[in-house]
Amino acid sequence: MGGNRIKSSRRNFIKKTVAAAGTIAVSSLLDPINVLVFATDPPEEGPWWGVGIDISQCIGCGMCAKACKMENKVPEEPFYFRTWVEQYTVLNDETVRVESPNGGIDGFEQSVEDEDIFKTFFVPKMCNHCSKSPCTQVCPVGATFESPDGVALVDESYCIGCSYCVQACPYGCRYLHPEKKVADKCTLCYHRIKIGLSPACMEICPTQARIYGDLNDKESELVQFLKDKNWQILKPHMNTGSKLFYNALRAEVR
Amino acid sequence: MPPQLKRLIPIFIVFIGIFLVIRYFLVPDTFGQYGHYRGKTLDDVSSQEQVHSDKETCILCHDDVQLIIENDAHATLSCLICHGPGLEHTEDPTTENILKESSREFCGKCHNVNAARPLEVVTQVDISEHNTELNCTDCHNPHQVWEGIE
Repeated sequence: MGGNRIKSSRRNFIKKTVAAAGTIAVSSLLDPINVLVFATDPPEEGPWWGVGIDISQCIGCGMCAKACKMENKVPEEPFYFRTWVEQYTVLNDETVRVESPNGGIDGFEQSVEDEDIFKTFFVPKMCNHCSKSPCTQVCPVGATFESPDGVALVDESYCIGCSYCVQACPYGCRYLHPEKKVADKCTLCYHRIKIGLSPACMEICPTQARIYGDLNDKESELVQFLKDKNWQILKPHMNTGSKLFYNALRAEVR
Repeated sequence: MPPQLKRLIPIFIVFIGIFLVIRYFLVPDTFGQYGHYRGKTLDDVSSQEQVHSDKETCILCHDDVQLIIENDAHATLSCLICHGPGLEHTEDPTTENILKESSREFCGKCHNVNAARPLEVVTQVDISEHNTELNCTDCHNPHQVWEGIE
């Protein structure tokens, strides 16, 4: 009696297991599971925007940060930035100093004597417009996303201001707007690039250290930049799919 | 199936129905048009008010300045860097609504000595020493930087 019951339930168990496993196997063949649910692929047609920054051309005037604040009405206080410039100073004793007084808007004062400096340079920072962006993946309400043309944007009317994305961004490119109480970030001046104008920071840059372009267009200035320069992205180990390419990026830069 | 479960099934169906009805009214029209977000956001973001003009627009009127500056050390500069955003000026050109930055501090933002500034990219002076009693534009015409200077 007891032996029968066990036998019958084992048979049922195996039947059900095979049925469940078979269903999963067949359904996964129909629509392969995409682990990167929030990854955006380049569109078949139309632009796929990216940014190139040439560190060797940046003179640290900070006009990009100033123009960005004016164009996008970013709060004046020195802790809200959509773009900013950092001065990296590697000292002879191998310590690294990173300074960004008011994001570079008021200009830079060299804080270390020439003879103590091993190497110093400016690094402009802005949103990397990642195609696998951590910031859009963590949004609990679908208020931030990667647009079909590859720009990470925020829906101000949908954002609940939880700041999760602010801490998810590995590049520190987001902040919570103090008046609107929503997440705010670089839009690559979406309102300008849509009508063919360059973003404010790139329009104002005196040395063309920053360029933007269409990665889908093999003739574009940005694709030429990628051909010519020995570029690198920030934090490649995080697999963010960053589309901000730096020329002359040194290992000290984080 | 136990009778308790049978009684629960219609309650579940009612609750799921109510959820679907509420969801229908709460989800915006364009949500999901391109992905897990409101598709109309793209229009909202691109309708943002423009503040900065652009160099091309400046040249439409000021082609005389362009002819001078295009052979100068300042040829790669956008007009807006010294003259301000300038959109107001392009809509209503007067001498009142355009900037003319000429202070020592302003020029120093690019030209003050700093070890991080590449010398091959930008010419530098120590603004705390270089002709401190004068303004930069007393000697240098920003459109023709070395004109008239020996």
